[in-house]
Amino acid sequence: MPLIGAPVRRVEDARFLTGQGRYVADLTLPRMLHVAFLRSPHAHAGIVSIDAHPARELPGVLACITGDEIATQARPMRAESRMAGYHPTECPPLARGKVRFAGEAVAAVLAESRYTAEDALELVDVRYATLPVVGTPEAAMAGGAALVHEAAGSNVLLTRAFVQGDVDGAMRDAALVVGDRFRFHRHAGVTIENRACLADWNPGVGELTLWSSTQVPGLLREGLAALLDLPVHRLRVVAPDVGGGFGVKSALYPEEVAVCALARLTGRPVQWVADRREDLLTSTQAWDETIDAELAVNADGTIRGLRARVVADVGAYSIHPWTAAIEVVQVISFLPGPYRVEHYRGEAWGVATNKAPMGPYRGVGRPVSTFVTEALVDRAARRLGMDPVALRLRNLIRPDELPYRSPSGVVWDSGSFVESLERARDAAGYEHVRAEQERARRAGRYVGVGVACYVELTGVGSAIPASPGAAISTGTEGATVRVDPGGTVTASFGLACHGQGHETTLAQVVAEELGARLEDVRVVSGDTAAGPVGTGTYASRSAVIGGGAAILAARALREKALAIAAHLLEVSADDLTLGDGRATVRGTPHRGLTLREIAGAAYAGAKRLPKGMEPGLEATRFYDPYFGTASNATHIAVVEVDPETCAVIVRRFVVVEDCGRIINPLIVEGQAIGGVAQGVGAALLEEVVYADDGQLLTGSLMDYLVPTAAELPAVEVVHLEHPSPTTLGGFKGVGEGGTIGAPAAVANAIADALQPFGMELSELPATPDRLFRLLSRPRTTSSPETP
Amino acid sequence: MADAVTVRLTVNGVEREGRCEPRKLLVDFLREDLGLTGTHVGCEHGICGACTILIDGEAARSCIMLAVQADGAELLTIEGLMRDGKLHPLQEAFREHHGLQCGFCTPGMLMTALDLLRTNPSPTEAEIREGISAVLCRCTGYHGIVRAVEAAARKMR
Ligand code: FES
Ligand code: FES
Repeated sequence: MPLIGAPVRRVEDARFLTGQGRYVADLTLPRMLHVAFLRSPHAHAGIVSIDAHPARELPGVLACITGDEIATQARPMRAESRMAGYHPTECPPLARGKVRFAGEAVAAVLAESRYTAEDALELVDVRYATLPVVGTPEAAMAGGAALVHEAAGSNVLLTRAFVQGDVDGAMRDAALVVGDRFRFHRHAGVTIENRACLADWNPGVGELTLWSSTQVPGLLREGLAALLDLPVHRLRVVAPDVGGGFGVKSALYPEEVAVCALARLTGRPVQWVADRREDLLTSTQAWDETIDAELAVNADGTIRGLRARVVADVGAYSIHPWTAAIEVVQVISFLPGPYRVEHYRGEAWGVATNKAPMGPYRGVGRPVSTFVTEALVDRAARRLGMDPVALRLRNLIRPDELPYRSPSGVVWDSGSFVESLERARDAAGYEHVRAEQERARRAGRYVGVGVACYVELTGVGSAIPASPGAAISTGTEGATVRVDPGGTVTASFGLACHGQGHETTLAQVVAEELGARLEDVRVVSGDTAAGPVGTGTYASRSAVIGGGAAILAARALREKALAIAAHLLEVSADDLTLGDGRATVRGTPHRGLTLREIAGAAYAGAKRLPKGMEPGLEATRFYDPYFGTASNATHIAVVEVDPETCAVIVRRFVVVEDCGRIINPLIVEGQAIGGVAQGVGAALLEEVVYADDGQLLTGSLMDYLVPTAAELPAVEVVHLEHPSPTTLGGFKGVGEGGTIGAPAAVANAIADALQPFGMELSELPATPDRLFRLLSRPRTTSSPETP
Repeated sequence: MADAVTVRLTVNGVEREGRCEPRKLLVDFLREDLGLTGTHVGCEHGICGACTILIDGEAARSCIMLAVQADGAELLTIEGLMRDGKLHPLQEAFREHHGLQCGFCTPGMLMTALDLLRTNPSPTEAEIREGISAVLCRCTGYHGIVRAVEAAARKMR
């Protein structure tokens, strides 16, 4: 039975189920110190003085280090980009001169225990001179606004636009233009494991090891080497078991730089484990955009043009290496979605404020772009009296139009846009749901149906930077596959894993391509010292790029193993098959050699190998999908809104997704549903709130609401499996999609439910409070139908 | 810093003893003093449920309790869930139904599910969702977890 495509149960589960996982907080080293960071209580303030003496006096405290002191050990981060209209800014490991958001670290206390380190924080006396707080992009762009980064000369850190055709003309000539100001509020990733890191300096060999709860050990190694003035080969970055990432752990953080510097400074291992408050204060946040968008359509529902102005609140720092452009430029790149949009203009502004930095989060930009475009499509359908599914079917890019170049220049290599919508419509029993909705309305219940279609770029190769203009290469990954002397197989990758199940899926790929037994393959990743050069796991890339590298390496190895076996068995390699860990002579099954025997010969050397063959049984291959590929899906949500409490209940959720050739359907389903859960949370509950003075009001999980099992429906997932025509293996990425479609589907369902009130929804999350205010507003359109 | 005190308790059937400050959280005591790092910390304020263990047979959050408060108690942590080298039916079912991804919530989720099935051996899907809503999982969307608890309940009846 082929392994690729089989619902193999995960090999990593055994350790997690028994409490034997090893996350950073579980690691200890001899003589290890614990660091606690003193965090600014002000959102914007000059640092006048820091008196660390009393803190240093506390028994058990080794040191208290300030921004000026650590500056001799580590350079500030500076996220560079080739993008015109981008101003790079600096981010120090500990604040120097001034603080730019509440929660920024100003000093680090090193002590024998975390308890003692936190005691000492209370003894550090920092005098601040508060500065005017830049609270919103509007305030930041106003004349005379205080500057978050004086060196940038402006709070607008970036501008970018994509233009195709004559959008203004299209708007003028269209039968109908629908538009609105949309708002998607700030979001937090909330991995259940908070960020954590541990650094150890070995002065004997001048080598630094960092264990970090990160998605990107490779990126960290390169970034840190430059900041710490260490050659790359003197740095090792390890991501052990990591308790969730979702993009939040894909940037280089100041704390990671700091613990490295502090370990080198003190000569002792230094560990930092964030608590939840620190996580909510300082981990990168997402979205926070205001979008003025208009869609022009013909009377028959054909889309003519789309134009949008997107302003993003990027927070206080431009994160390394993705820059402050990561989120907002993706919004304007993907606003046209899977539709034929002839005329397009998308303009973006990234504006600095005194808030935590904005970073990549599952879906990056596309949850927002999909929310906006799908809302406009629904509004156009309503105004034209068309069914929203029918209007979409009219405009979705058809298979015969692929490859299709989108108005922002992205090329969709493949896609089943029409098919996924039709299948979702059928799976949801759309007609039936509409009939139910009618009945419910007559009974005074407000049920709504929301559809969302999207396409996403995944497995991005070297032709397209994973972040707009970022000065790093993210288009390749490598795999080293080795048949060990005992016949087992070790496959190592530059990828890192934080829940995706690579130890299972990549083993399935290697085992099948090589012809090994699945249980003999061990996947090693997340350690820069153990695998080929790579960056890590983000942007739905691992199955495509890592999987591609695995295929290449395994095939090379298979060929060599067969050549060795042919030599030893004195047959032609063409007469051999290799499967289940054994090379067998075709038609003579009892004649053959196991991988163990072949490996024995390979490592024994020239005597047992074909003339001239290099000994060993190991191959390293790299893969670059060049452009990458496209995954797509349709989501349908059925919700009920209680007009009394304004609570929204998601009754049903249907996903029809196409991630190309599936490696493991269990894991694809898990990724899709997990993504939907985050998208539903984003649509209904989750919002980072800052007060006007820049204080975070959602600093605990009592204030920042993550969905529990009770708020989520059972999600129905249908897989379409159209292999990518452009990637090796036909795989497409699946990690992010769930979060891209769900907010839009839920928002459209709520808007649909509220039609009797003549209300449109243009702001997410649709919290009860927000819906209450919306429903209490004087009605501008039709009055509610009386049942 | 107050003087260290001695805490004696039974964990996973074994009598354990350690000395710690009276202010030490039970979860930190388990992890640091007893080396039982399977119990995780996700929030330290009683919301995420990652630190859930059984204390005298009932689910409790070890992050909002002091170690000294557990003196004399009988604890069950994730490390004690296997019996005779075999996975507990809940552990089996989580694996079978893909009830975990990153694994970080998993120990607290399993202990919570164990408590749920102790008090309600035949829960409906809604009751399972309500029961495990005490623990946050950010990876799975709870789908596989609900299926796993259903399956384990059937097996354990
Ligand atoms: S760590 Fe105890 S409830 Fe979150
Ligand atoms: S499996 Fe990651 S938080 Fe539940």
